[in-house]
Amino acid sequence: MIINKNEIAGILTKLAEEYRVIAPVKKDGLVQYAAIKNGEEACLDYANTKKPGKEILFPQSEELFNYTVSAEGVRMQDNVDKEATIVFGMRPCDVKSLVLLDNVFKNDQYTDVYYLTRRANTLIVGLGCNEPASTCFCTSMACGPFAKEGSDIFLTDLGETYFIEGISDKGKELLAKLGLSAASEEQKAAAAKLQTETKADGSINIEGLAEKLGGMFEHPFWDSLHEKCLGCAACTYLCPTCHCFDIADEAKDCEGCRVRNWDACMFPLFTLHGSGHNPRPGGKARWRQRLMHKFNYFVERYNATACVGCGRCIKNCPVNLDIRQALAEVRALD
Amino acid sequence: MNTTEKIREIAKQLLTDKKVDLVVGFAQGSLPLRSTPYFARTPEQADNLIWSATCENNLANFVRKRSDKVAVIAKGCDVRAMVALIKEGQINKDNLTIIGVPCQGMIDRKQVCEAIGCQEILEATDNGNELILKGKGFEKTLAKEDVMFVSCKTCQYNTPVIFDELIGEALPGKEANYDDIAAFEALSPAERNAYIAKEMSKCIRCYACRQACPMCYCSECFVDCGAPAWIGKGAQRVDDNALFQTVRVLHLAGRCVDCGACERACPMGIKLSLLNRKMVKDVKELYGAEAGVNLTDPPALSTHKFEDKEDFML
Repeated sequence: MIINKNEIAGILTKLAEEYRVIAPVKKDGLVQYAAIKNGEEACLDYANTKKPGKEILFPQSEELFNYTVSAEGVRMQDNVDKEATIVFGMRPCDVKSLVLLDNVFKNDQYTDVYYLTRRANTLIVGLGCNEPASTCFCTSMACGPFAKEGSDIFLTDLGETYFIEGISDKGKELLAKLGLSAASEEQKAAAAKLQTETKADGSINIEGLAEKLGGMFEHPFWDSLHEKCLGCAACTYLCPTCHCFDIADEAKDCEGCRVRNWDACMFPLFTLHGSGHNPRPGGKARWRQRLMHKFNYFVERYNATACVGCGRCIKNCPVNLDIRQALAEVRALD
Repeated sequence: MNTTEKIREIAKQLLTDKKVDLVVGFAQGSLPLRSTPYFARTPEQADNLIWSATCENNLANFVRKRSDKVAVIAKGCDVRAMVALIKEGQINKDNLTIIGVPCQGMIDRKQVCEAIGCQEILEATDNGNELILKGKGFEKTLAKEDVMFVSCKTCQYNTPVIFDELIGEALPGKEANYDDIAAFEALSPAERNAYIAKEMSKCIRCYACRQACPMCYCSECFVDCGAPAWIGKGAQRVDDNALFQTVRVLHLAGRCVDCGACERACPMGIKLSLLNRKMVKDVKELYGAEAGVNLTDPPALSTHKFEDKEDFML
């Protein structure tokens, strides 16, 4: 199917009457995901949003439930978000990150009702990247500028038009309702060419990396890797696959709520025990954890690397600690 | 010999003579317009050191609380931070060798981005006064002074205030310029509040500002304390974000060296230096004091004099 770019805004406005429509928008100089009512707000000409797509299903701060305490006892009200949602124009790396996060929020030990309810009620329209940025390395991370995994509908930018594919049943159903025209053979061929030929820095080879890291816990490599790290969490908060959180009660008098906030392995507080002992006392242990979690532990547990190659950690690190270089150094070690 | 070559030569000599165990400086970064802090421990590693208008980080962060002998390649603001840290007992001056570099200002990538419509830069050349930027289908030349960090434009201490060795010629100091703060002060309280709220709504509480700040080194930051919880831990409440910055700025009263590292580190582009510079200006006006400009003045808020103004008392 095919759609003219100038029709997109109208369709989004119409969809917003029935769904919560979330799209990248330009706000205060940053491209960020936001709920829109008017399709004109959507900004589809972007390399990457500042904050990753994970925040749509796993918000930075989420009130899990509210409670009140009275003479009659405790009353609790959960805040499970059931609103039917369409995410429009999400880049394949961010979509892939949700596929990875699914493992974390639904597995044999734990089922997260908050994430999974949103997940079930969310339809994702992926948008391929014709011009990946120089910091993108998704092709190396089992993803790619036109990876469709996780998208319900997928858009390929053909200049004046988008070539549209229904991927999941949910996506095909919605497309059927929109009554779009069919793509010509030429347009199909143009899309296929873009999809197969566009690459984003394939220079990072992760083959055998997990096994290698598995034997490196005590390696002197870790002694220097972290040295310039400031210990902030910009890399983790802007990473689409980092998913650590902390839970806090925020209460005043007899009313309160339990809040889940993003947390980060780069902070000392993250592992500080009540006893005062900290098993990851310095930058060395924390950087080892970050790299190992992504490229070894996650692989062992879910058979996938917890990195999609979006490049946000590279672009936003205050000291230019480039994860691609760190991985290349690991590969180069004997 | 250019600055980079001189830095390498001095660093190599210090390491060869074993006068220091480590030279902290900058190496070429992995992206155009990017340098990265670098730790040279051997004469060979000293060859990786560079100097350019992209050496934006404040290296004072990396010399705090060290027991080894360290040399540091330092700009004016780095040295001011180190002077302040020496006075606060955070750096042992006897173990520190300062290789000062007069600094004409560092390039602000956010301003560069705006100036070129945020197209991706694949190659950047610095020809002294100009930057030549190349990307897919574009080439643009920018005057460096137009895209410098605000903190660099207003910096009065381009030449380090103390050093063991100075590379190149000292630069003349500039007049104090707080026009940006005066403009902010001229706004009504409601306008100032709205401005701060807008900036703070971008905060993701990654604490890059705190971590990048050479003077922010409390062993436990008040935001990290759980019992009592002084502040909400999430980033969704603008008031909590503003409270974090307010307390940070107050903790830095009379200590902030106006280096702008907080604002440079912020991934969300929050104009943090405005708050810090307001405090810097206030301290200067109230106490005639500036942090880190010499080794003798005590920190402004750690001392009192009989002639101190008392006009705030009832």
